[in-house]
Formats: sequence, structure tokens, C-alpha cells
Amino acid sequence: MAERPLTGERRAFMAGNEVLAWATLAAGADVMYGYPITPQNELMHYWTRLAHRFGREFLQTEDELSAGFATIGGVLAGKKAFTATAGPGNVLMQEPLSMAEMMRLPVVVIVAQRGGPSTGTVIYSQQELNLTCFGGNGEGFRVVYSTSSHQELFEYTLKAFNIAWKYRFPTFILGDGYQSKMYEPIILFDPEERGWEMVPARPLLGLPGRPGEEREPVHLRNTFNLEEELYEVVMAAAGDYARAAADLAEYVTFRADDCELLIVAHGVVARAALAAVKILRQQGLKAGYFRPITLRPLAEKELREAAGGARLILVAESAYGQLERLIKPSLYGLEQPVHGYFRPGLGITPEEIAAEAAKILNSAGYGL
Amino acid sequence: MSVQARPAIPRSWRPETKPHKFCPGCGHGLILKALGMAVDELDLQDRLIFACDIGCSLLAWDFFNIDSIHTHHGRTLPVLTGLKRVRPELIVVAYMGDGGAYAIGAQHLVNAAARNEFLTVIVANNSLYAMTGGQMAPTTLPGQKTETTPYGREVKAAGAPVLGPELVDSIAPTGAYIARGTVASMIQLKNFIKKALVHQIEGKGFSFVESLSTCPTNWRTNAAETWHFLEKEMSGYFKVGEIRQ
Repeated sequence: MAERPLTGERRAFMAGNEVLAWATLAAGADVMYGYPITPQNELMHYWTRLAHRFGREFLQTEDELSAGFATIGGVLAGKKAFTATAGPGNVLMQEPLSMAEMMRLPVVVIVAQRGGPSTGTVIYSQQELNLTCFGGNGEGFRVVYSTSSHQELFEYTLKAFNIAWKYRFPTFILGDGYQSKMYEPIILFDPEERGWEMVPARPLLGLPGRPGEEREPVHLRNTFNLEEELYEVVMAAAGDYARAAADLAEYVTFRADDCELLIVAHGVVARAALAAVKILRQQGLKAGYFRPITLRPLAEKELREAAGGARLILVAESAYGQLERLIKPSLYGLEQPVHGYFRPGLGITPEEIAAEAAKILNSAGYGL
Repeated sequence: MSVQARPAIPRSWRPETKPHKFCPGCGHGLILKALGMAVDELDLQDRLIFACDIGCSLLAWDFFNIDSIHTHHGRTLPVLTGLKRVRPELIVVAYMGDGGAYAIGAQHLVNAAARNEFLTVIVANNSLYAMTGGQMAPTTLPGQKTETTPYGREVKAAGAPVLGPELVDSIAPTGAYIARGTVASMIQLKNFIKKALVHQIEGKGFSFVESLSTCPTNWRTNAAETWHFLEKEMSGYFKVGEIRQ
């Protein structure tokens, strides 16, 4: 038995990609299948240096199609398998992810968003929200955690493996280049030492016993003879997803109960939004914020309640309205105007959000 | 002690799913019979994983009393790579057509062979895309008429037919097993598949068997013409035999 990667609490100051390597090790991931792409590369680099010490596996595949499908193979074998990707790699990854979604295969994928579509801009971006939540030819039955700190990168990665194997929906950590490359203090820990119950993996193929004689064979398929067969599979998944949504949806609010302006942001931009609310409150402006942690499923009811108590809504994101489109159905019928502060592929500072918020409040007559 | 008659079908086949779903005259049933016989002779039923691709090969998803996974077009090799890497005690067979192996999944074939993955790959070469209605495949012969080469494949415009086993031979390191069989020679085909499986069991490396196959539905041939095309046209271009032992 290989040694456990972490014992006790380990305080560290490290880059997000290194945090992710420790997180996947601590989560009990057995194997990573990966293909190089910035900004997730250092995750692979740390994994390849650390994995063998703890009896874990790695394979560098020929592309992201292969990495995604090999991750599926690892999961079918009964191992906690994961991959990490970004940008155009995330595009290629959608084909295996569509298969995983339809066949309820618990793959874990770490996405380090980068500016689209091809190359050069690899730090600030939230342009892979649509792709990660709804990419592929399926219905988006996925769990997507949008992290905003290294501590969250660590803890939600631990959680992602549990959620994937418990609910059997593909589960994502949606980070970005900024989180991957940034250094931040963090406390690493072994989840079981903390009392976390870790969901075990189990084989879906290659079960004990002679198939056809001692047991039925496992025949996993993605092909259907009748439209009704496909319909039943999709509707069963839809039902499971809807029932799980209340358990899965996570969000954070700050000063949202008495705000006139509700700022909605996710991921690393939510940090700027939180800081902006503090600036605005110091100025005497009544701002609050709502941050969805899960983009899929979304905490729709809570978002609607928070929005319903405000007069104005501001969506801030490093994309051109991908978050806004995601949340708008939850706000349907509300009269509060929704403003977008869209900075595709750019970083967003607290001061920029605060200035935009003050402008909107003042022009609507709710300012000082 | 009772004496059992030799079964009409391989023991590893799943009788509940027979008769199978392939067209009359299709070669898939014969290739799968050769595979079933090899599996029986090696007694692999309880440690084999059978994986099929997209195209007519997918109709084999419930063909055997063997744990099976149906994947996407061309993606059977990476799925099995991911599985075999973490469960090396399992014996894995990828079953696919020429389109999956040599066109949409070509990068996976090239790289799995180059890495000498411990996989057994069986490719049915019927010279066209059958399930989609008879379009040109990488293996379509010069001059052969298909839905996308209605006047015959012109090598100048559409390239020459891909020689799959020869391609693998040029890439795979020492230790690989590579052969081309045909449904016209069943015992030979079964022996090639059996040697490929033994190769994997013994941990020697990548093993690859292409089988020439028939598609009277899309060839639009009767029995005699089907046999002629297989035995004369295809076997003339694609040389049957072991390339590496």
C-alpha cells in the first residue's frame, strides 16, 4: 500500500495547478489521462512527479479526444480517473463528455479556461461556461463547480470525485488560467482525516463471474433501436438530475438581503464582485452579491429570491454574457433590469465593478 | 458423464441475441464467429472486454456473453487504452470497421500502435461505409463505385486505398502482432485472432488483425458477385497473411 499523499494539515503557498495535483491525489484519483494545453500544463507536471510516489498512473494521450475517452475507459474499469483541459481542448473533450453524460459515467474534468478560440490568451477568461455546462450533443446533465480561490480548488476537487461517483454525472472543476497560475496560501489536508466520507469507485465492466453462466453480461451501449428507448434513457437521467439538483446546487451571498443592486458573478470574478460590494457599501451605496458556486445545477430559487429583493441586477463576467444567459431564465417575470458588465478575455478589478455599479445606481436614481 | 455435441455456435456467443442483426451475406457474423471460437479455445470469456465502434460493428454490442462497451466512432482504442492501463489483468478486444480504424480514428490507431498498447484490434474491411449507406472508405478500391464516388474512386482525386496492417507494421515497435485474414478462410482467420489474443495475454504488445469482409447490401452484389469481389478484387489488393508474428 502506497503512502497517503497528505497527513495532518499542511500549510502551503502554491500555484493553483499544484493545488489541483495535490487535490486529485488526496481525493484518491487513480489515474490521469492528459494532453498538454496551457494553462493546465503544470497540473500534469506535478501529477507526473507525484503520482508514482503514491501508486497512481498517468498517460499522455495523442489528443483530448483520446484523453477524454481514456478517462471513460478508466472509469469503466472501476478507477477514479480524471483529465484536465482548456480552450480548444475543451472543445474536443465534448465528444467523450457527451458519451459520459449519456452513459452516466463519473468522469472528473478540470477546466482551466482561456480566451477563445485558439491560442495566445491563456490567463483571463470565463468563455468556457457555455461549453462546460452545455457542450456536446446532450442535455447538460453535468455538475459544474466554478471555484474562486485555491482553498476552493482543493476542496471542490475532493468533492467532485465524490459527487461524480455518487450521482454518476460528469463533474467539472471550472477554473481559469488566473487561478491555475496564481500563488495563494492554502491548507491541504487528507479528507478522511477530516471526517469526509469518500465515495468509492466500482467497476462497471470486468465484473467477477463468468458472464452468461454465473451472471448476466454487462452490455453498455449508446445505440438505440427505437426513439422511445433513447427517450426513456434521457428522461430517466433528467429525473435523476432534477432530484439531485437541490442537493447539488451551491451558492454564496453577501449583503444580498437589503441591497438595491445585486451583483452576480462567478469564479475568480466573484472575488472582485465581493470586494466591489464592500467598496460600494463604504460609499453608502446598497450593493450585495450573489455568486453561484455550481453553474450546473444553478441555485435557481435562491438566485430569484435574491434578485427579487433588489432593484437592479449587474452581471459581471470575463465573457460576453454567458453567465447572464445562464441566469436569466431564473429571473423570468421579474421586473428588475439586468445590466451586463462583459469583459470577454479580460481581468476585472473591484474598482471597475464598483464604478460600473455606481454608474448604474446613479443613472437609475438610487445613488447618493 | 454426458457427451455434449459440439455447439453449432461458439459458447461465448449470447444465444438470446441470435439471429444476429447483420444483413444476409454480411461478413461481420463470420468475423465474430472466428473471434468467438478463439475466445472459446483460450477460455477467455470471464476476463475479456469486448468493445465495438460506430458503424455496423456497433450491432455487436450485445453479441457475446462477454462484458461489452459500445463507444463512439473511431474512439474504441482510447476507451480500451484507458481501461487496460488500470486493469491489466483483463484481455481487451477492439472491434471496428475500416472507417473507424483508418479514417476518423486513425490518430488513435497510429498512437496506440506506436505505444505498443496491450490491445487486440480487429478491423472489418468491407471497402466502404456500410451503415451510413455505402460511401467511400479509406479502403475503397480504385475504380470502385460508392455513393460518394458514383463514377468510381479516382486515385488522383481521392487517394489510394489504405493498407491498414502495413500501416501498423510501419509504426508498431518490436513485439507487435499484425495479420490480415479474410472471411473466405475462416480457420486461418480464427487462428490469426487467436494468436493476437495470445500475444496480448503474454504481454508482448499490440496485436492487430484486419479481416476482409463482405457487404452485398452496399456492394449491390448477388452471392456469386460478392464472392468474386472478396476473393478476386479485394484479395488482389489487400494481401492476406501474417505480416508480423
